[in-house]
Amino acid sequence: MLFCDRITIYMISKEEVQHIAKLARLELSEKEIEKMQADLTEILGYFDLLKNVPPLHPVIRQGAPSNDGASLRNDVVEPRNASIAENIIAASPDKKDGYIKVKTIL
Amino acid sequence: MDLTSLTIKQAHEGFKNGEFTSVDLTKAYLDKIKKQDKEINAYLSVSEDLALEMAKSADEKIKSGEFCLPAGRQGMLCGIPCAIKDSILVEGQKCTVGSKILENYIAPYDATVINKLKAEGAVILGKTNTDEFTMGSSTERSAFGSTKNPHDKTRVPGGSSGGSAAAIAANMALFALGTDTGGSIRQPASFCGVVGLCPTYGAVSRYGVIAHASSLDQVGPLAKNVEDAEIVFEAISGKDKMDATSVDYKFENSEINLEGIKIGVPKEYFAKGIDPEVEKIIKETIKKAEKAGAKIVNISLPSTEYSLACYYIIDPAEISANLARFDGIRYGFSAGGKDLLDVYLKSRGDGFGDEPKRRIMIGTYVLSSGYYDAYYKKAQEVRQFIKNDFAKAFEKVDLIFCPVSPFPAFKIGEKMDDPMSMYLADIYTVPMKLAGLPGISVPVGKVGNLPVGLQIIGNHFQENKILSVARQIERLDK
Repeated sequence: MLFCDRITIYMISKEEVQHIAKLARLELSEKEIEKMQADLTEILGYFDLLKNVPPLHPVIRQGAPSNDGASLRNDVVEPRNASIAENIIAASPDKKDGYIKVKTIL
Repeated sequence: MDLTSLTIKQAHEGFKNGEFTSVDLTKAYLDKIKKQDKEINAYLSVSEDLALEMAKSADEKIKSGEFCLPAGRQGMLCGIPCAIKDSILVEGQKCTVGSKILENYIAPYDATVINKLKAEGAVILGKTNTDEFTMGSSTERSAFGSTKNPHDKTRVPGGSSGGSAAAIAANMALFALGTDTGGSIRQPASFCGVVGLCPTYGAVSRYGVIAHASSLDQVGPLAKNVEDAEIVFEAISGKDKMDATSVDYKFENSEINLEGIKIGVPKEYFAKGIDPEVEKIIKETIKKAEKAGAKIVNISLPSTEYSLACYYIIDPAEISANLARFDGIRYGFSAGGKDLLDVYLKSRGDGFGDEPKRRIMIGTYVLSSGYYDAYYKKAQEVRQFIKNDFAKAFEKVDLIFCPVSPFPAFKIGEKMDDPMSMYLADIYTVPMKLAGLPGISVPVGKVGNLPVGLQIIGNHFQENKILSVARQIERLDK
């Protein structure tokens, strides 16, 4: 554990980095794991700043009614150019007969 | 006459009067790119054939007098050569977003903004450099080498739309499109001395733009002056049924006089850490605005000090979800492997560079069981706090004036080994993004030969106010 000014920084362990990398489906080299330990410790330590946020009014905490404008489209099939599907498949690394090839799952 | 120094309006007049053609102008730009871009590296790919084909077709329309006129528009972009950030899909062209994992990826369709530019008859010169997956503030994190700042080639152009900003600054495109998630249009515009507009979240469609953080990403123009930026913004904005977050909004140009307008100056943006030369330039500009009749109001945005921490939780959280699709199966690069999991691990491990990996790790951490409440949920609450802060400010003022960046362009390599110091470069551009607000960077001075931009932030969908006042600031400064 490192102490720095007012905030306490917990060193992220190698095992934690490996656990997160597994969840994120990322293969990391030994060197990368070491660097990630240092970087994550510093960056997550910086987030401790949010502990100083003054108590927020419940309305703020819950968020105002959504003003982000997101809307749902109607659930209808819209015809698109067939070439789009062909182009999408062409851009995948492994394909056969107009399908994307995937390794056996079961 | 150097054709590449013209503005959009001047080029448009030139076409109309038969002084030169779009092919002439396009060739002038392609020549300039050939001569200069080896050194600057603004472009990742140049589509000469496509550009000349588009220019020819624009010339036919210009000749026939019809220009390209989507309903209600003036055809201002017909025949105008532009550059597109390599995070935006142009059908049939490579789209790498600065990453090895998409090195050979060919865009299967056009982004909506590209469709709109094509309908206007604009000419696409090529795709510009960006930090990998638009994550960075310098373009140094591009897998294909850093872009250099045309004002000082030992320095960065800013980022992530650094290629687009450098292309405009070096007259290698008449305008460019960029994307802004946490400052990626405004900061490079400031570093390169060009105009960059980040529109309100929802003003421009994100369909066909490679996602970084979906609640923040926005497409916007980089241009030689405010008028050009406005012409491009008007062309690309509006509701798109392919993007559920786009809003039915029609931009209307308005003349809002600086005289009598209330400008808020937040004290938190002039706190410790700002370069004294940058502070001086911004404060002098504010004084000039006051002299021109604007009312300056000192305001406070107490949430400012938490903005960066809030951003660097929400942004990586969304990245970790958005970048899950790069699995070695659907797009570009695949490293192969003995089973499915192995393909995922190896393709992502080999294909992603350091910064996407770091942000995927942070994002996965803050969303993981046991940490979600302390980080992600907390950050969402703080985001609302920030939104409320700005909402309160806009009850009192029309616009906010502040710096874009605490310092001018930094040296290439200076911040590469220290991710936290690179993140701190975004300190003034991130807060308004979390509130979904629009902002512009307008060049207002120089430290030595390095440009400094003024940031003008407006309330939601008040791009008309921002652009109108920015035009007057541009004139004041001359």
